[in-house]
Amino acid sequence: MMEQEHLIDLKDISKDFDGTTVLNHINLYVRKKEFITLLGPSGCGKTTTLRIIGGFEYPTTGQVYFEGKDITDLPPYKRRVNSVFQKYALFPHLNVQDNIAFGLKIAKVPKDEIRRRVDRMLDLVNLSGYGKRKVDQLSGGQQQRIAIARALVNEPEVLLLDEPLGALDLKLRTEMQLELKSMQQRLGITCIYVTHDQEEALTMSDTVVVMNDGRILQIGDPKRIYDEPANAFVADFIGESNILRGTMVHDELVHFSGYDFPCVDAGFGEDAPVDVVIRPEDIMLVGEDIGQISGVVKSVLFKGVHYEMMVDCGETTFKVHSTIMQPQGSRVGLSIVPYNIHIMKPMSEEAAK
Amino acid sequence: MIDMSLPWWGWVLMGAGLAFFLLLIIVSIRRNHGVKRSLFASPYTLWMIIFTILPVVLIGYYAFTDTNGAFTLNNFRNFWDSNYESNKVIMQAMGEAGAAYVSRGTVNVDTLVYSLWMAFKCTVICLLLGYPAALFMADRNMKLGPTLVVLFIIPMWMNFLLRTIAWMSLLEDSGLINTLLKWLGFSGVQLMYNSNAVLLGMVYNFLPFMVFPIYTVLNKMDFRLSEAAADLGCNSYQTLYKVIMPLSVPGVISGITMVFMPSVTTFFIPRMLGGGNTMMFGDLIESKFLVEGNWNVGSALSLIMMVLILISLSILRKADPNGEGGGIA
Amino acid sequence: MIKFLKRCYLGIILVFLYVPIGVLIVQSFNAGKSRAKWEGFSFRWYVELFQDTRIMNALYVTLSIAVLAMIVATVLGTLAAIGIYSMKKRPQAVMMTLTNLPNTMPDIVTGISLMLLFLFTKVERGYVTMLLAHITFDVPYVILSVLPKLKQMNKHTYEAALDLGATPTYALTHVIIPECKQGIITGAMLAFTLSLDDFTISYFTTSPLVQNLSTLIYSAARKGIEPSLNALSALMFVSLLVLLLIVNRRTAESKE
Repeated sequence: MMEQEHLIDLKDISKDFDGTTVLNHINLYVRKKEFITLLGPSGCGKTTTLRIIGGFEYPTTGQVYFEGKDITDLPPYKRRVNSVFQKYALFPHLNVQDNIAFGLKIAKVPKDEIRRRVDRMLDLVNLSGYGKRKVDQLSGGQQQRIAIARALVNEPEVLLLDEPLGALDLKLRTEMQLELKSMQQRLGITCIYVTHDQEEALTMSDTVVVMNDGRILQIGDPKRIYDEPANAFVADFIGESNILRGTMVHDELVHFSGYDFPCVDAGFGEDAPVDVVIRPEDIMLVGEDIGQISGVVKSVLFKGVHYEMMVDCGETTFKVHSTIMQPQGSRVGLSIVPYNIHIMKPMSEEAAK
Repeated sequence: MIDMSLPWWGWVLMGAGLAFFLLLIIVSIRRNHGVKRSLFASPYTLWMIIFTILPVVLIGYYAFTDTNGAFTLNNFRNFWDSNYESNKVIMQAMGEAGAAYVSRGTVNVDTLVYSLWMAFKCTVICLLLGYPAALFMADRNMKLGPTLVVLFIIPMWMNFLLRTIAWMSLLEDSGLINTLLKWLGFSGVQLMYNSNAVLLGMVYNFLPFMVFPIYTVLNKMDFRLSEAAADLGCNSYQTLYKVIMPLSVPGVISGITMVFMPSVTTFFIPRMLGGGNTMMFGDLIESKFLVEGNWNVGSALSLIMMVLILISLSILRKADPNGEGGGIA
Repeated sequence: MIKFLKRCYLGIILVFLYVPIGVLIVQSFNAGKSRAKWEGFSFRWYVELFQDTRIMNALYVTLSIAVLAMIVATVLGTLAAIGIYSMKKRPQAVMMTLTNLPNTMPDIVTGISLMLLFLFTKVERGYVTMLLAHITFDVPYVILSVLPKLKQMNKHTYEAALDLGATPTYALTHVIIPECKQGIITGAMLAFTLSLDDFTISYFTTSPLVQNLSTLIYSAARKGIEPSLNALSALMFVSLLVLLLIVNRRTAESKE
């Protein structure tokens, strides 16, 4: 049942470049109309994965399936996917209109239909009337929209986007994120999106794929990825975290920072070393004597919506986010709800597997 | 009207090359995901092998063989001692007694040294004249750069032989300069047919090649650097010595290369303005081939010159490892 | 004041560069044949120029070789630049050394080495050999002007074309070549002018029967240059100048 919904299937994909492994046995499927994001630090293999789907790279091993058909060896111009490239790769020798019409002209779409569809696209990206402009006369945000229009006009089954907002400033970026997302929902197209910006990934995606070192670490919806990171790397990469070494005393009781804390995780065995992940906003600042542990506020940074405070508790220093500021040097108590303490197998053990 | 003849095998070779190229492309389309674009360079590669590498190999071949095609180093001995062949004959005929009549002919070595000396002088003069010119051209306050670049290029459109010959009408005894001098009441001066005339012709022809690369580098230089230097307390001369000059080294090196090399090898300028009184190395090579018909010694001389130039280039490259100097463009 | 001195200096250098050209042009209008004596203004040499079959022949050889060599070198060089651009590091470095080789070789060695090639293969020197030689020294200049344009191009441009459904051939002709058009034109112009002005390499790769303007001037130089040659080069000079002005006007207009 589920199998049929898969639009794209990557089966056991590996890719070597001159002896270095960039992708290590990747398995991934993409459902129709899904907004899926490949997220990871630079060099993690996310762009290579995208390029393999686009047909610009061929995997060393493994197959790519499109609606169940093997397209591994199909060149890009025979695939029903279109891309938005890093820095857009608009054709500088063509004007806006001809850039958008490029694919349609190749597909030998009749002239008046080309004009109609190009106009509709310009409308969609809020740039109607810009058709005759030269590409280099446009601002970064406008070029970005043209690149999207140029890809979308071909009505692709899948839209591939490689860090499309990377060159824009923060404000424009957030605007474009919303615009892109709403466009995707309105048109109902499948998007595969590559970024190293976790915030962007969380806001836009239906599914987030976290990658590192050519492997997939976790696949899930944004909330799950944020709340239930599969390991310390994901926890560290997605949002801010306090990552501590700890020991599982027994089920539902973990020892770290010199104290025992009740938690909800179980099944790690007794006295097993574990990684403990606590989000800074999950630590509550309370009176010195009612906290589970206490410490001294070492530094305070104003971050806009909240304050970021470093609290020195002797053995460890916790990063705490709170909307209420505690002055530097004051003694505070920390309290953590059992549900917010995430226990994971230690990273070194994970890697050894 | 024009004889387009090439031996039949020449056409066959060209046809075969073209066919091979097409075949490569077809095969790569079939086999790969589209045409492998690195194959586009193959016709050029083939061309370079035939018309650049093979000819250089031939120079090497002739330099190390005698007229019968046997290996020999005599061509190089001939370079060192231009009397080598005749001395050998004398020694054979007279035995030990011949030693008194034998002497080393230094024509070739002398010519080489003279050429190098002339080229060195030419390069230094071009640098002394060209550097300030490039500096002033790049001066942002004067806004003259682009116009001057064009003004420096335009003379090069006139055939360089004719331009050189035009100097003759200026310099010769009955030429403009002497006429002017006489009109002013001075006595005439012998300006032509000496090494200074040759030097003048060389500087005239090669000066733009010194100015352009230096100008390019100076023009690309971030002008805020000199502002920064001024900000840090340099006066304008200190800025020139401590900031601008060191940074323009790549351009200077490129300019030196572009002037020195053609100066060593020129043979038209000394022949015209030197009137045969001054022989330069390019002259010598040309006459070995076309006057004496001695390909072997000619090739040896060419090889020596090539090696000398390669050595000096690699020394210069060391000073500008990134090749930032750029060319005319 | 300093500014004025700087201008003076540049002015003197320019005078130095232009004096011989002025002399040449003045001489072409001299009624007499003497280089030094002014015998009155006349168009005599301009008329004689077109009646002189040797000069007209040489002009034909020069122009036709410059055009043919430009065309072949541009095609060969553009293809080569695209090929070199898409090569891996090692072969790319080898090809670049090969391409820079003719630049680092003095003209006289290039000419002599080609002459040896033709002598060795017993190909009679003449029009074709001169053409081959000109193509050979032109191609590297085309490559060196096209390659930077390719490198400036967004590295995904070619892929973007494929992505939008272009076959590699279509992408090449409709995207890559138009995008480095400027470099191709520069290369072609450079090839044309170099070929037009070449003496040394032509001198060694042709026979006395087939002469271009440079070799003709060389062989005439000893006997004294006929003023019609001055007239011809003045004409060519002026036409290039006019061409430059037109091109400048055009680009200025297109910028508006």
